[in-house]
Amino acid sequence: MVDFWWLAVIPLAPLLGAVYNGLLGSRMQARFGKPAVHIPAIALPAISFAVTVAAFAKMVSLPAEERSLFVHLWNWLPVGGLDAGLAFIMDPLTLVMCFVVTFVGTLIHVYSIGYMHDEPGYWRFFSYLNLFMFSMLVLVLGDNFVLMFVGWEGVGLCSYLLISFWYKEHKNAVAGMKAFVVNRIGDFGFMLGVFLLFWGMQGDWTQGRFQPQAPAASPAAASAQQAAVAAPAPAVGLTFRNVKERLTDPAFREAFIQKKVFGISLVALIGTLLFVGAMGKSAQLPLYVWLPDAMAGPTPVSALIHAATMVTAGVYMVARLNFIFALSPFVMTWIAVIGVLTAVFAATIGFFQHDIKKVLAYSTISQLGFMFIAVGVGAYGVGIFHLMTHAFFKACLFLGAGSVIVGCHHEQDMRKMGGLKKLMPVTAATYFIACCAIAGFPLTSGFFSKDEILWKAFNAGNLILPGGGIAVWALGALAAVGTSFYMFRSYYMTFSGEYRGADRAHDRETGAHAEHHHAPKESPRSMTAVLIALAALSLLGGLAGLPHLWHLPNYLDQWLEPVFAGTAGLIRDAGHGASAEWALMALSIALALTGWQLARWLYRDNKSPVPQKLYASRTAWVHGIHTLVYNKYYVDEIYNATVINAVMLGRLALDWFDRTVVDGLVNVTRPIVLGLAWLHGKTDSQVVDGAVNGTASMISDAGGVLCLLQTGNIRTYLYVAMAGGIILILASYVLF
Amino acid sequence: MHIGLTHFLVLSAAMFCMGVLCLLSRRNAIGLLMGIELIVNAANINLVAFSHYFGNAVAGQIFALFGIVLAAVGVTVALAIVLALYRTFHKSIEVDSASTLRG
Amino acid sequence: MTYAIMFYALCALILVSSAAVALSTNIIYSAFSLLFAFMGVGLIYAMLSADFLAVTQLILYVGGILVLILFAVMLTFQIEETKRSNQSFSRGLALLTAAGLFALLTAAVLLAPWKPHAGEPPFGPTTAEIGNSLLGAYRLPFEVVSVLLVVGMVGAVVVARKETRER
Repeated sequence: MVDFWWLAVIPLAPLLGAVYNGLLGSRMQARFGKPAVHIPAIALPAISFAVTVAAFAKMVSLPAEERSLFVHLWNWLPVGGLDAGLAFIMDPLTLVMCFVVTFVGTLIHVYSIGYMHDEPGYWRFFSYLNLFMFSMLVLVLGDNFVLMFVGWEGVGLCSYLLISFWYKEHKNAVAGMKAFVVNRIGDFGFMLGVFLLFWGMQGDWTQGRFQPQAPAASPAAASAQQAAVAAPAPAVGLTFRNVKERLTDPAFREAFIQKKVFGISLVALIGTLLFVGAMGKSAQLPLYVWLPDAMAGPTPVSALIHAATMVTAGVYMVARLNFIFALSPFVMTWIAVIGVLTAVFAATIGFFQHDIKKVLAYSTISQLGFMFIAVGVGAYGVGIFHLMTHAFFKACLFLGAGSVIVGCHHEQDMRKMGGLKKLMPVTAATYFIACCAIAGFPLTSGFFSKDEILWKAFNAGNLILPGGGIAVWALGALAAVGTSFYMFRSYYMTFSGEYRGADRAHDRETGAHAEHHHAPKESPRSMTAVLIALAALSLLGGLAGLPHLWHLPNYLDQWLEPVFAGTAGLIRDAGHGASAEWALMALSIALALTGWQLARWLYRDNKSPVPQKLYASRTAWVHGIHTLVYNKYYVDEIYNATVINAVMLGRLALDWFDRTVVDGLVNVTRPIVLGLAWLHGKTDSQVVDGAVNGTASMISDAGGVLCLLQTGNIRTYLYVAMAGGIILILASYVLF
Repeated sequence: MHIGLTHFLVLSAAMFCMGVLCLLSRRNAIGLLMGIELIVNAANINLVAFSHYFGNAVAGQIFALFGIVLAAVGVTVALAIVLALYRTFHKSIEVDSASTLRG
Repeated sequence: MTYAIMFYALCALILVSSAAVALSTNIIYSAFSLLFAFMGVGLIYAMLSADFLAVTQLILYVGGILVLILFAVMLTFQIEETKRSNQSFSRGLALLTAAGLFALLTAAVLLAPWKPHAGEPPFGPTTAEIGNSLLGAYRLPFEVVSVLLVVGMVGAVVVARKETRER
């Protein structure tokens, strides 16, 4: 671990931009115009990118096993044996993530100059975008669970802020809330997983039962104390390397795997709960419902957050914690199965969507499913590779869609587009290139990554399914066909044929819509330049991970190897040979081309009557399937009816409880309090005042009585004196 | 019969009681004063008898001398008051009429 | 013997005079009875070997105080009513009180364990001794009494002054 204090700049530079724009942005925008807002907002992530490159250079100069840079900023939570510091660590995995985040992020910032040009809340947008960059970088750079969770929550927050950017419309605000709440459900699972992990890690499992003590050399308890004093075991820290260290110890690892909690294997439980967090953040079944609705946000947001970076945080988390996930075949199978099911499910929904952004959203969900297939079967490096390539081509697709939307005057329905190839050539070309990449055409980046995933799934030896990973592979291939089909469908519907939105030019509406009369044109240079850059990377990015099969160096795999070295021993393969791999590669290419041709036949130039006939079909099963898939399998409605209604009923129940029981108890005290108050008053007025008044009247009466002594008559006085004298004499006689 | 100390003391007690009687039953202010004089004289007899019968011849007598003097002063001032009383209460020196200090 | 007879005679004189002072309705009668009472007391003093005191008693009381009382009587009284000038009030209660007091005092006197000096008490001139004491051991009371006399005189003058002076 080498100290490299520049690491701190990587997340903190965008934070500075966020703070600057957040506090001063509106004033700067009003006084100096938009450049005062976007120049710092772009420069700072660019600085992060530059530092990332410098870090890469530094890491390359180090030997492979020691490639990690470290900076410790602050002792944040020194509690007992735990120490969650504010510390950043960059190992090879983090470097890849940082590179993706800063590079794609900076490009999208540049794109936003053009896209958000007319927006009065320009400064707010850039502030949130920078804040998101900061959170994401903290997530990937954090060296302990707590800091990663801070970043995790931060990206959730920024996602909410950015989805609801145009908050004045109700549906945008609702979409933002939905994203946040569903994410939260995932976070809850994640937290439970972390808690269980630490509970399980504390103490010594090697003796076969849980002892909350440092591991001792001898089994006897008394000498265990001495041994603990003599050689204190390392306290369980919250940092990843600490947990990894403990789990690489074979004895501990074996004991840890054997542990059960309520009859369930502890490792499986931990893995499943941690994956729940990934399900929420990365939009897997069943917590994917927020991602399509999140398309209500501006397109750069969709590109950055919901395609390239935030949703991949789940994949990063699984890759980072590979030393935990690899311990349990059940969890790995579970992840792979969920991933592939999500991939297929989302792909089918994408067949019938009309909104271009929704198509891309479901495509993202599907591709994330692929990434989880990869990390599920233990091919962590491949999963990260696909993450990287997906960032490039999905961002390109989203930004292209954004370009189209702006060009068609904020029209998102593909049925009203078409023929844009002539009107927006750059956008069309980059979109086509990205579609090829996502479909997995040979030699595009997507081909290398997706193909590798499917091969690893086929060859997986850790899964507990019958037949190993073959079922996963089969469904994954199906999803790949679907991907190719619906992506090219969207391309042809949008760009080929004639522009169907022209009939809007004939709208005789009020002057506010007069500008919609002219036809779409190409987007400004700031937007198209980014598209070109991303398309280039979609093509060339595959060069980082060339397959071994072709006897070409796989740089990414080599680069990431030290990170996953610990679990390499645990991941087994099913032993299929190179011939199977060649066959699968050929099959992948064939499937991609099939999908493309099908889409081309059905949708090119809008000539084929088949789609229209399908929609209008009266045949029961056709119509039924169409309606079901078009309405996204009614998942949202099911959730509404079950979960949401249950929560609402719970709300009513608690309200009743509060109203009746709690308020009832309070009201019971009312007569008691009133009684006490009455008693108090009476005491005060009768007893206390009575005492005071009584004293006064007593004195007054005494005075009245004594008054009688003052007769003014001397004789009386003399008699009294005499009587007194007599009494005195008698008294003195008696007493003395 | 041998006259002892007690004879004188009884005599003085009787005179004292006469004085008290005079004091209590007189309406006339000067009558009151006469009662007071009797009382003082009775006390003086007491004192002189004690001085005679207890060997210390002079102390009691001096005490009685001073008693006489003081009685004289008292009478003087009292008679002055009586004169004032006479003037204030319309030529009446009956003590019953001087009861304006009634409470 | 003679002593006893003299004593009883004087006793009778004093008591009768005192009774007259207390019970007489005529104030002149009372005043003159007082004169006899004073004289009786003076003679008692002489019997008790207080020669100086007896004379002083006569001078002061009879010659001074009694005259003063008579003057006051003259000044403040309508002589026409001398017959009924000294009425008494609630005589019964007064008699009761006086009788009670007498009983009490007599009982006290008789029951007290006096221890007079043994032997006959000496009879002799006391003037020299009184003079010496007044200017010796008792000079302070002597001086104070002289001051008191002055104060009394001044006070009497002030009290008896006519109010017409205030106008």
